[in-house]
Amino acid sequence: MRTKRLAVPYLIWMVIFTIIPLGIVLYFAFTDSVSHAFTLENIIRISNYMPVFINSIWLALISSLLCIVIGYPVAYYIAGRSPAMQRFLYMLIMLPMCISFLLRTMAWVSLLDDTGIINGFIRTLGLKPLPLIRNNGAVILGMVYNYLPYMIMPLYTVLIKMDRRLIEAAQDLGCDSVQVFQRVIFPLSIPGILSGFTMVFVPAVSTFYISQKLGSSGTTLIGDVIESQFKAAYNPNLGAALSLVLMILVFICIGITNKFSDNDEEVVTI
Amino acid sequence: MSKELIRLVANTMAFDGETVLDSIDLSINDKEFLTLLGPSGCGKTTTLRIIGGFLTPTSGDVFFDGERINDLPPHKRKVNTVFQRYALFPHLDVYENVAFGLRIAKVPEKEIDDRVTEMLEIVSLKGFENREITQLSGGQQQRVAIARALVNRPKVLLLDEPLGALDLRLRKDMQQELKKIQQTLGITFIYVTHDQEEALAMSDTVVVMNRGRIQQIGTPEDIYNEPKNAFVADFIGESNILDGIMLEDRLVKFFGRKFVCVDTGFEKDEPVDVVIRPEDVDIVPEKDGQLTGKVTSVTFKGVHYDTIVDFHGFKWLIQTTDYYPVDSIIGIRLNPDDIHIMKKSEYSGLYGDYSSYSEEYEELNDPDLFPEDISEEPQELSQSAEGEEAGKDEN
Repeated sequence: MRTKRLAVPYLIWMVIFTIIPLGIVLYFAFTDSVSHAFTLENIIRISNYMPVFINSIWLALISSLLCIVIGYPVAYYIAGRSPAMQRFLYMLIMLPMCISFLLRTMAWVSLLDDTGIINGFIRTLGLKPLPLIRNNGAVILGMVYNYLPYMIMPLYTVLIKMDRRLIEAAQDLGCDSVQVFQRVIFPLSIPGILSGFTMVFVPAVSTFYISQKLGSSGTTLIGDVIESQFKAAYNPNLGAALSLVLMILVFICIGITNKFSDNDEEVVTI
Repeated sequence: MSKELIRLVANTMAFDGETVLDSIDLSINDKEFLTLLGPSGCGKTTTLRIIGGFLTPTSGDVFFDGERINDLPPHKRKVNTVFQRYALFPHLDVYENVAFGLRIAKVPEKEIDDRVTEMLEIVSLKGFENREITQLSGGQQQRVAIARALVNRPKVLLLDEPLGALDLRLRKDMQQELKKIQQTLGITFIYVTHDQEEALAMSDTVVVMNRGRIQQIGTPEDIYNEPKNAFVADFIGESNILDGIMLEDRLVKFFGRKFVCVDTGFEKDEPVDVVIRPEDVDIVPEKDGQLTGKVTSVTFKGVHYDTIVDFHGFKWLIQTTDYYPVDSIIGIRLNPDDIHIMKKSEYSGLYGDYSSYSEEYEELNDPDLFPEDISEEPQELSQSAEGEEAGKDEN
């Protein structure tokens, strides 16, 4: 009884800031902006944005995979250091997270811009400036840069918790270091990979700031569309419908990753 | 005994300047069941890990079949290990755990199947092939660990306290089973334990270790009947250890009395440690005793009574099937072969006095209270962490 009471503040919070807003989103998504009557119009109109959805998923997917490719060796390296070194390296990984997300993205703009630092340097060498910004590559770069720590964290946790005796057992049974990795370390770190994948993919697929700053009109993401529906086009009903679909999409994504890792408790479900 | 298979020559191991093994020499024969026995931190696990290839001795050489293998990594050695707490692969089922080594060795599928099936039969786990490791009891996991090692037909099986996590009944059963497996398959077993009973029951040869040194090597009977120093006498079974003077061959003096014994080869009037096993003492009426003493405590142990008797302020433990109440005066008689004489050693005076009887003695008898696991663990982890790091650098 007492423990139940302790949950009351959060329950109130959840009702006000999760349940009610969700209801509002549902209401907007299924009503007309003028007459406020029930309609499926908004949902149907989403099909116009199919290419944007696909592009969002595609870029988020590439970013997530890149994060695995980049993050895994980093996590593996850190997990193998001495405890003091581990703390230091882990702090380095987390350090950029202490700086505002907006600021970090703006920094990339000033680096990559046509008149930015990198192209400025290239110009002083007398070379032609490179198209570094306002393309898919820049958006992916922004996503990978911003979300990489979310990949490294769970991977590091899984690797550090791994029983060293299992590695010795594999060596004992004839594995060289490559085989130890293939047969024991990698399979046992899959929960960490899936967890990291979810933590990168979900924010990446719904981001709008990165694509606005680093992308072009050709790299509009679903997050941008939702934002513009609320702020520019002033069609919150369509925006709500898009949000709803995006949310379902994210749920499906989490569901799939959870299915792969079946009963493993390591996976963080958002 | 058959020919020598493994030889350690002057193996010394130091971690961060702390000597864990101090110049160990050890020879292990083919098909032998050899036990490394000692309290926690005595260096027995370190010795095993050197043989397994997980540690390289700071100095000294390791020979296998006449070949120096100091720098041979574990995966190239013809030994397999049953790890403390098994270290089974949680992502594989029973069958795949056992098949692991064979798959690495690229054994044909058909042969893998035959050998795994055969091995699971030997460890009585037929029908468990597709079980997950987490679904198994401790005893079953232990069998899988043994099968996983033995299926590779190693020349030597290393066992690091394999029965430590099992309850007493299961441990006794597994002791017999392991011994049977060893004899059937004719494989050399090197077995690490802190349980002296286990060591005596299973081994051909017992190596008693303490403080990084070998104290005694011998058959279980030798070790028990002819302990070399006070440490061995105390660690193996119970012992009353007294100061004595060896007057001449076969004549020793202690408590101001001369006793006939069977030991020879000491200097005249050499100070010695005298060992008297609690079960060897005959209790007689006071008037017939060579020594007389007063009973100060009696504990019923099932088969016998642990009777503590005070002789001239030095308390002995006597195990007797007859009950003598506290405060009764008794006499004792010692036959010549009940008295065992040892040279003085660094351990003289440290053991074998039951004056502080009770907690200490109880604790030693209770394997669950033995602090082995707790105290050896951190050292173990740091060692393997180093090994892991080295492995990673290769990647």
